[in-house]
Formats: sequence, C-alpha cells, structure tokens
Amino acid sequence: MGKIVVIARLAIRDLLYRPAQAVLLLLAISAATTVLSLALALHGVTQHPYQQTATATRGPDLVVQLGGVQGPHKGVQSGIPSVVEAEAEKATHAAGVTAHSGPYPVADVAMRADGHTVLVQAEGRDQAAAAVDQPKVTAGSWVRPGGVVLEREFAEAVGATVGDRVSLDGHPYTVVGIAVTAAAPPYPNMCSVNCTIAFPPGVQGSNRVGLAWVDERDASSLAVADGGPPFYVLNLRLADPAQAEAVAGDLGVPNAFNVTTWQSIAAADGLLVQDEQQVLLPGAWLAGLLAIACVAVLAGGRMAAQGRRVGLLKAVGGTPGLVTVVLLAENLALALLAAAIGLAAGWLAAPLITSPGAALLGTAGAPSLTPTVAAIVVAVALAVALAATLAPALRSARTSTVSALAGAARPPRRRGTLIAVSRRLPVPFLLGIRLVARTPRRATLGAASVAVTTTGIVAVLTFHASVGERLGGASSGVTDPVVTRDEQMLLVLTVALLALAVLNAIITAWATLLDAGGSTALARALGATRSQLAAAIAAAQLLPAVPGAIVGVPLGVGLFAAANGGGGAATTFPPVASLIPAVLAILVAVTGLAAIPAWVGSRRPVTELLAQDAS
Amino acid sequence: MKGKGKAVTDGGKFMLRANDVSKTYGTREALVRAVDGVDLDVAHGETVAVMGPSGCGKSTLLHLLGGLDRPDAGELWIAGQRIDQMNERGLAAIRRDAVGFVFQAFHLMDELTAVENIELPALLAGRSPRAARRRAAELLDQVGLADRARHLPAELSGGQRQRVAIARALANEPLVVLADEPTGNLDSEATVEVLRVFDSLHQAGQTLVIVTHDSRVAATADRLVSMRDGTFVDETRLTGGASGRLGSLVNLDG
Ligand SMILES: Nc1ncnc2c1ncn2[C@@H]1O[C@H](COP(=O)(O)OP(=O)(O)O)[C@@H](O)[C@H]1O
Ligand SMILES: [Mg+2]
Repeated sequence: MGKIVVIARLAIRDLLYRPAQAVLLLLAISAATTVLSLALALHGVTQHPYQQTATATRGPDLVVQLGGVQGPHKGVQSGIPSVVEAEAEKATHAAGVTAHSGPYPVADVAMRADGHTVLVQAEGRDQAAAAVDQPKVTAGSWVRPGGVVLEREFAEAVGATVGDRVSLDGHPYTVVGIAVTAAAPPYPNMCSVNCTIAFPPGVQGSNRVGLAWVDERDASSLAVADGGPPFYVLNLRLADPAQAEAVAGDLGVPNAFNVTTWQSIAAADGLLVQDEQQVLLPGAWLAGLLAIACVAVLAGGRMAAQGRRVGLLKAVGGTPGLVTVVLLAENLALALLAAAIGLAAGWLAAPLITSPGAALLGTAGAPSLTPTVAAIVVAVALAVALAATLAPALRSARTSTVSALAGAARPPRRRGTLIAVSRRLPVPFLLGIRLVARTPRRATLGAASVAVTTTGIVAVLTFHASVGERLGGASSGVTDPVVTRDEQMLLVLTVALLALAVLNAIITAWATLLDAGGSTALARALGATRSQLAAAIAAAQLLPAVPGAIVGVPLGVGLFAAANGGGGAATTFPPVASLIPAVLAILVAVTGLAAIPAWVGSRRPVTELLAQDAS
Repeated sequence: MKGKGKAVTDGGKFMLRANDVSKTYGTREALVRAVDGVDLDVAHGETVAVMGPSGCGKSTLLHLLGGLDRPDAGELWIAGQRIDQMNERGLAAIRRDAVGFVFQAFHLMDELTAVENIELPALLAGRSPRAARRRAAELLDQVGLADRARHLPAELSGGQRQRVAIARALANEPLVVLADEPTGNLDSEATVEVLRVFDSLHQAGQTLVIVTHDSRVAATADRLVSMRDGTFVDETRLTGGASGRLGSLVNLDG
C-alpha cells in the first residue's frame, strides 16, 4: 500500500513538476499512436462496405462475361447471338445457381464529358427490376433511351452530375442518374477484376475504365457501331455463395470471356482502403521510431537529474526493483495517456479516411476501432516508452547509491582523437564536436531521427515522382480517387513526421544544452561568446544530422518501393531538384531548431549555470 | 530486522562496529585508499564526530557504516547484524529501517512537499499512509517546521531544508543517524537551527555519527575522531565542560 502511494505520488508529482517535458513526451508518443490508430482503423473496413452494397443492390455471386468472339454475328445486330444464348442457358441451369439476370449487352465506348475523354463500359439495361444486380440509384433516375446512369465514384471523378450532357462514341446522351453496384469494383479498379476491354500489354495507366448503364437498345447499337466483338453480362445468384469459385469452374461455358466471383469484387472494393493502409502502416512505423528517439533523448537528458532521485530513493531504503518501477511508472503512465489520445484522435479522424469511397454504400469509420485495435495501440505506446526507458531505468537502478547521489550516473566519455582533430576547427565546430563526443548515444539517436524523417520525406517525394510518371501517360484531367486518397494520407503522415522531427530536434538540443550546461558555462567563463556557444549547440546537432540525412535518401526510395510492392506504379527516383532542397531544408530546420533552446539557455548568466547544483 | 534471531557476535555490544574496514577507488597508479583499515565502535546513544581535511575519506567511511556502499575488506555490524556481505535488497532494508542519513546537499525530492519527503521512508517501509503521515507531522513539529508542511523544498531556506532532511532521517526511528557535513552548506544562523535539532536528538539518546568541518559542532560530541588519508590518526573523548551537549557551545540554553 505504502509503496503504491510512493510510486504513484513520485510519478504524478514529477510529471507536474516538469510539465514541459511531460507535454513533449506526450506529444511524441501521441503522434505515433494517432497514425497507428488510423492505420489500424482501416483494417476492418475492407469487407464492410461491399456487404452493405451487395445487400442493397442484390449483388451477384458470379458475374459471367460472354461473347467476345469474332463470328458470324459481326455487323448483324438484333437480339442476342445464338452462341451466347446457348451458353447463358447452360450457365443459368448449372448446379448451385438459383437466380440470374441478363445476359445484358455491353458496349465499350469513349465518353466525353466536360472536355475530357474517358473509356466507359456501358451496360444495357431495361426498366424492369433485375432479380440479381439491380444497381441502386442514389441520384436522378434509372436508365431510359438517350439517358445514361453513371457509377457514383466514376461520376465524382469526372465531376458529372444529373442533367449533364455527355457523349458516348460521339452520340449525345444526358446523365439521368447516379447509381452504385456490387457487380463490379468501383472506379478506377474495375478492370482489376472484370472489364471487357482488352488493353494492349504495357498500357497500364489507361486501365481506368468507368462503368455506366444505358438503355438495352442503346447499348446494342453502341456495340455495333464500335465494330468490335459484342459482349454480354450474366449475373448469377448461388445457393451457397461460399462455393462461388467451385461453381465458376463448372459452369460449362467455354466461350466465357471472364467469370468473376463476388469475393474478388469484394477484395477489389477494398483496394482504396488497402492503398491507404499501404501508406499509413509504414508511416506508423516511422512515426513510432521517431517517437522512440524522442523519448530516449528525453529520458537520457534527464539521466543526471534522475540519478539524484535514484540515489535519494536508495538512501532512504528503496530496493532496486522499486527504483526501476518508479523510473518507469512515469513514462508508462504518459504512454497510456498518449495511447488514449491517439485512439481518440484516430476515432475522430477515422470516418474522414475510412469512408469506402463513393462507389459503395455505408460508412465504415467509427466501429472499426475494436478492442483489438485499442490493445495494439496501447501495447505499442507502452513498447515505445519501454524501449526508450527500460535500459536507462535498469542501469540507474543498479548504479551504486553513492555515485547516483553524486549525480554522475554516466560520466561523459572523452574521445581523444576527436578532440585532437577538433582543435584545428573554428570555435563553434570545435565546441560542437566536443559536445557530440561527450554523448555518442545521443548523437546516434539524433542521426537516426534525421534518417527516419528524411526517409519519410523522400518516400513522399518518390510517391509524387512515380505517380506523376504513371499519370503522365493518361492526362485526361480526370482525378484518380486512389491517388487523391493517397495524397491525403501522405499529407497526414508528412505532418505527423514533421511534427515529430521538430519535437525531436528541440528535445535533443535541450538535452545537449542540459548536460553541456556546466561545460558551456565553463567555456563562457573562459571567454567563448554566447553566439559561439549557440552555434556550437547547433553544430552538435548538424554533425550527426548530415550522415542521417544522407542515409535517409536511399531508405526513403526503398520504403516507397517496398510499400508499393507489386501494386501499380514503378518506382521513379525523385528529381534531384526536389531532393536536394528537401534534404537541405531538413538539415537547416534541425540546426535552426537546435539554436532556440541553445540561445535561450545561453542567455542565462554564467554564474547561475555554474552554481546549478542545489537542493 | 534489528538483530533479532541472529547470532550475536562481538559486534553486538555496540550500535555500530567497523573492524579493519577498507575501501579503495581506481587501480594501479590511480589507486586511492579512501578508507584504509579503520576500526570504530559506537556505543548506544553515543555521539561521535569525525573530522579531517577534505578528501581524507570521511564520506566514504560514513557510506560504508550506513550500507550505502560496500567495503573491499573488513567487517561491519549494525546492532549486531553483519552488513558488509549483504546483497542490495538486504542493504536497502538496513538503510530503510536501521539508518537515517543526513547529507550536506540535503537531497530532498524537489517535487515533493516537506511532509511528503519526510514520510517517504515510512511509506517505503510499508506503513499505512495514515500512520506515515501522522509520524511525519510529529517530526515536522519536532524540527519546528509544522507550518511548512506543504512547502516544496525550493520554497524553503537552506536551514529549513536540512531540518526537513533530518526529520526524514528519523521517519523510521532509526538505530543510528549518520550526518555528512550537515551544516556545510549553511550560514551560521541556519547552522544554529540545525544544531538545535541534533542537540535534542543527542539528549533523547539517539546514536549519532556526524562528519563535520565545523569545530564548534565537533567539540560538542561525546567523542571526536580525526582522520587523515583514510585512517584514524587521533581519538579524543570529550567528557568535560558541557558534558558533550551540542547546544551549549552555541548558547542554545540562553
Ligand atoms: N566514486 C569515487 N571514485 C573515485 N574516487 C573517489 C570516489 N569517491 C571518493 N573518491 C576519493 O576517495 C577519497 C576520499 O573521498 P571522500 O570520502 O569523499 O572524502 P571526504 O568526504 O573526507 O572529503 C578522495 O581522494 C576522493 O577523491
Ligand atoms: Mg565528504
């Protein structure tokens, strides 16, 4: 009982006694937990929207695309070709099939809207409600002759609304409605699963095909005018949807162009959100690493002060175990708080980014923060705090009571060669090198932090370079919802990383200043000027930052390549014209931020610093 | 703890006993014999002052006597219990229950109030928060700081801080109080305040070892030990005059 009071009291009082440090630490861990919460919140969304949409639109379990064979039907067009008719008959009577709709004719057309041209797969429908796949109209009305209904995500991408005039292969049409379906993945991913357009190999960028519905006769005449082989779509409902794969293999339709299961459509529906995860998860790792660096530097900076507390606790009878717990309790409490902040921020922000896209119904935001997600976020926050503080805590719990009391838990190391070399340098670098040499661990952490920040920034630049390349080919002026989302995620991530990097730079400079306090005061007493000392602290940050930034460049490109995986764009090295300014900006920022606490610190009178050993 | 159940050795007759105790720092040319074969017995209720030039090993000896550090050689007893071989947990228990330390630099927890600093050892010893608080309030009263209970160390004068530190040393009713230059950081007015407290402890029969530079403090002990280069060079029993009362030399009795 008494011990718990002691532990809780020491933790809480120490936090309140040093609110600035507590806030810095809280911010650092919270930034990481927020990004992680967001990334994890996306995890549950993948299946959710498909289900809702499928229920609302009587989504098919199998979509069969028939035709595509150049044959006797070319040019002739009225009614469905007999080959297709026969195959459709067979498929609808296959074992396990309980209902169907179609076959509906499909025309691949070029749609011109608002000045840009997009490829569209136009499916012919009639007025009667279909038993399977009846797209749900969310605005306007259903198809009629001369009117076209656009898939919602696609309509948003081209900026089309009900009443707009568009042309399909040159023929004028009016947008009469906007609808959603579960029979095809939303724009721009339709062709990742089931489109009828056969692209020449290598034309990857142009496979952003839109989905539209027109009157059945309009579709047929558009298909004929196109001159290519006609296609038909047949939607099937199965007795056991789980068996979709097996049934698909047994349909007995050798001429089917394409048979798509609902599972692959559902998977493609999740692509938008998966893409976000591809951005956010590596980002969460980077943020976590930066948070560890921040906490480690903070904890390290407090080592001397903590050493005295440790010695004192031991002198009045605290056991090593108790001392360890006291040292950890504070940071673990902050980590728990940061986890709560991260989860709350994630919970608030999740609906913004987990909206499944316009093509699907329903929202999938808030409910996806499950107890599992909360547990992971809490565990990671605690791990961040532990990773940064366990070693110093154990070490100081083991130091001899006497030396802990003396506040010399870790005497600074002297690096003879470094100091000898630095003698020839200008004063700020001379002092800077000595400061670095005093605390090699902090210098390493500083280098690592800059490397992580640079990695994140360079990965973002690589994204822009690579995506720019991909879009360069098909610059139709149509927005790509995937790219738009990715850009939003990258913005969130860049802000989080920069915030952490700023925190890190300030904390590092503060810690350097703190334990350089005595020696810089001495240097001032011996005649170094204030600005020389501020410059020295800045130099002490700059020296490890340079190798960190250099290492971060290839890491950033590699991170993009790894996160991008097999998906989409090839990796394009960002142009030197953006790379060099970015790296220089990071270095200038780190150095400049370091100068703030250095300058503030160096304003304090020498005597005050020299006498800084009270109570 | 306090010796019960243990075989009582010849150390048992004394509150503190050091037998040929040595402690060295560093190696080879840099070897420092901080304490070099010291023998010392302190009887129940006795006040011993240790004097000597800076660096002669006074603090090191005090740390060894109180279980803050372990000797390289020799034997150490507190109330008949051998402590030189104890592990860290055992020493922690000794420091908590049997010894009270007072340091030159006070060593209070900056973030805790006076009363919280004082009750810290009692809470660590497993007392109930209420009992610990009651004891702390008594001690605050005893050192004349009842009205400063809720002040942080930074809000107290040096003499007040040291009196809080003494109260903390007494929290668990230690067998012996070890003070390392307790007035070394204080002006003469604050020194008087602190001496007044030690005086009352002495009167109450508390065993005390005080390391000091201040001959006024030393002259009031029952016994004065002089150290040089890690060894005792002189020992004087002070029986005359004020019969060893700390207070008489600073005219506490008016
Ligand atoms: N942790 C240590 N490491 C190395 N030498 C030490 C250490 N502590 C004390 N010493 C040396 O031991 C000797 C005795 O020190 P100390 O007991 O503090 O002396 P005093 O308290 O009498 O001034 C001194 O020479 C001091 O330099
Ligand atoms: Mg000393």
